Amino acid sequence: ERAPPIEVFALNKAYVEDTFPQKVNLGVGAYRTDEGKPWVLPVVRHMEQKLAADETLNKEYLPVLGYEPLASAATRMLLGSDSASLKEGRATGIQCLSGTGALRVGAEFLAHIGKHSIVYSSNPTWGNHSLVFLNAGFTSYRSYRYWDAAKKALDFDGLMEDLRNAPENSVIILHACAHNPTGVDPTQDQWRQIADLIEERRLFPFFDSAYQGFASGDLDRDAWAVRYFDSRGFEMVCAQSFAKNFGLYNERVGNLTFVAKDRSVIEPVRSQITLLVRANYSNPPNHGARIVGTVLNDPVLTEQWKSHIKTMADRIISMRLGLRERLEKLETPGTWNHITDQIGMFSFTGLGPLAVDKLIADHHIYLLKGGRINMCGLNTGNIDYVAKCIHEVVTTTQEASL
Amino acid sequence: MSLISSLKIFSPSSLNTTQNALSVVSSRANSWWSHVEMGPPDPILGVTEAFKRDTNPKKMNLGVGAYRDDSGKPFILPAVKMAEAEIAKKNMDKEYSPISGSPEFCKATINLALGEDNEWTKNGLNATVQGISGTGSLRIGTAFLSAFFPGGKDLYMPTPTWGNHVPLAKHAGLGVKQYRYYDPKTCGFDFHGALQDIAKIPERSMILLHACAHNPTGVDPKPEQWAEMSKVIKEKKLFPFFDMAYQGFASGDIDKDAAPVRMFLKDGHQIALSQSYAKNMGLYGERAGAFSLICSSKEEAAATMSQLKIIIRPMYSNPPVTGARIATEILTNPSLRSQWLKDVKGMADRIISMRQLLRSNLAKEGSSRDWAHITDQIGMFCFTGMTPPQVEKLTKDFSVYLTKDGRISVAGITSKNVEYLAHAIHQVTK
Repeated sequence: ERAPPIEVFALNKAYVEDTFPQKVNLGVGAYRTDEGKPWVLPVVRHMEQKLAADETLNKEYLPVLGYEPLASAATRMLLGSDSASLKEGRATGIQCLSGTGALRVGAEFLAHIGKHSIVYSSNPTWGNHSLVFLNAGFTSYRSYRYWDAAKKALDFDGLMEDLRNAPENSVIILHACAHNPTGVDPTQDQWRQIADLIEERRLFPFFDSAYQGFASGDLDRDAWAVRYFDSRGFEMVCAQSFAKNFGLYNERVGNLTFVAKDRSVIEPVRSQITLLVRANYSNPPNHGARIVGTVLNDPVLTEQWKSHIKTMADRIISMRLGLRERLEKLETPGTWNHITDQIGMFSFTGLGPLAVDKLIADHHIYLLKGGRINMCGLNTGNIDYVAKCIHEVVTTTQEASL
Repeated sequence: MSLISSLKIFSPSSLNTTQNALSVVSSRANSWWSHVEMGPPDPILGVTEAFKRDTNPKKMNLGVGAYRDDSGKPFILPAVKMAEAEIAKKNMDKEYSPISGSPEFCKATINLALGEDNEWTKNGLNATVQGISGTGSLRIGTAFLSAFFPGGKDLYMPTPTWGNHVPLAKHAGLGVKQYRYYDPKTCGFDFHGALQDIAKIPERSMILLHACAHNPTGVDPKPEQWAEMSKVIKEKKLFPFFDMAYQGFASGDIDKDAAPVRMFLKDGHQIALSQSYAKNMGLYGERAGAFSLICSSKEEAAATMSQLKIIIRPMYSNPPVTGARIATEILTNPSLRSQWLKDVKGMADRIISMRQLLRSNLAKEGSSRDWAHITDQIGMFCFTGMTPPQVEKLTKDFSVYLTKDGRISVAGITSKNVEYLAHAIHQVTK
């Protein structure tokens, strides 16, 4: 039987087929320049030219666990070079097929080897989390409260209550920063409390880090939560994606960082993950790994890359400011500070399904049913139009109040 | 707690050591992972590791299945280099591929397998998705069959088969069974054994077939034997799943190598097909491959396509683009395509000539054994027929590295070392 189309791709298809000249795509999560174009980072172009000219390179298979310079640099980028677990040899990295692939390998390991069967993610969360974990062998996927629709903020009490009631050994998916889809992150103090609870209830933390650097523009700042857990001595895994922060969406570059309490478990864990990878895809792709691995191990290239990240993060922050300002100026009903309180690529606007339908059908502005918009889809050329249309649908739609 | 009892002097420094020792012990006890055992060592990797450690200047690595040129070096196909230059000129973006890969790639790939003008693609009967090279394509295929195959969930495989077929199929939730294939007495195809076993397979089961250049034996059925197998498989209502990892690389002729696949379609089978560009385009690390289902209608193709995407998305969302772009550029650009056909024939020819040289050198050495299978077999691998003790001796005395089953990668043979190899093989088998 034909399966239902996957929402974000169906949305994109509809956008592409729309002939309305002022159409706006606030759907798929990819960065756009102010001209509304994809951006291949200059350091990436430079690397590709360098790689093409390098006669010593070939297309041989990478090791099963990937390109080691990439994996170790990615783990170091995540945990910070001061990390005790890194210094003590208790942390390791495994190249994976971008963030999704890292989640899948981590989930398969936790299910098959760790014998975990219950996983929690936030409500709402990235649409693919449940599918990844259930297909990886978890038998129960549950949610912990996260988005407070009335306050348009984190439902911290709900989150804590749900985690407190989670059975021991449950795996808890935590968005490291720039929560997808809401853009709402816990404060540092809230993270401390979450860590206390996870420790007390013997839950297993699984971080999903798809936006390190991309959220605030600062790699270290965006890694604060993961590093805090690391400093507390947690065993944990973290799926890392280089799709957004390197703009390497289609090269599928990712890393799975694994932190253990004891370095003696690292080799057995790696050998078991080797078997899982072998049975899935044998070894990961080379091209993107060489780009990221080379940049991360070269101080000059790393600085160049950091400036690109800051460019992207700054543009997004300015669009957040711009949208909020316009909605407040228009006196659009409701409060709009959440747009600048939130962080990263996405914003949970709080728009209800009727408003969303109207935005799409009447105004050719494409966003997901849950009201998530991709800030990258906004630019100086369309922000006035989008603000105006949001104002229009909010004032003319009978929906649960914002 | 022997760690503590062994410490007799309780000075501050040893107390520290005690605490450290205790914390090591307790950290293992507190760890989620102290029960995790080392997995079994990878046999082929083990061969390469041992090879690397060997200091004998005459050493040979006949383990790993990757093509080498006559200097023993990895080979980047001229067509690939040209394709990369063309692609660079286009300044393409890095946006997400569709879940199923680029339509252009998928079309070019299935048409490579079935022929440019084939009726199945023309009528929209194929559901084709990009996969992570051959392994990933097999993984998608086995996952699909595990979820949707209406018959028995055992996948019947030839004995022997590629080492990864079994864990891969099991991981996807399929059972694994065998049918006879290799005859160690002749070092050839056990045709009658295969037919007998295939005839005994329960109706509506799945059967895995290596389209060409059987891995690990190098033994392929002859065309008339394929025809017989097709007949029996049809009579028994079995579902054929072809693994084609060597199209073009086996005989040097892409149509000849794909003939069994095309024959089965003409005979009216609906098939599944996994393809890889690792060997025939030398794109090993770029992971370009595809999985296809040939269906009975456009609607079926669309339905199965949608389910294939649902399998892919929770694995890795969408596929890596670089290898696929190279393959597409080569296949759709006429001058690159003809360059590629030359390149792949060159690789196949070199392998064939190494087989001939090995056989003739064994004769020159005075070996009285029948080594005809060396040239009868095809593709990257040769099942020499050597026993494990002979293999061990070959490695120990001559620094020739191969897997215990006597399989050699012919790609590791060059015009400079073939005599040495023949000499060594003769010594251990005479």
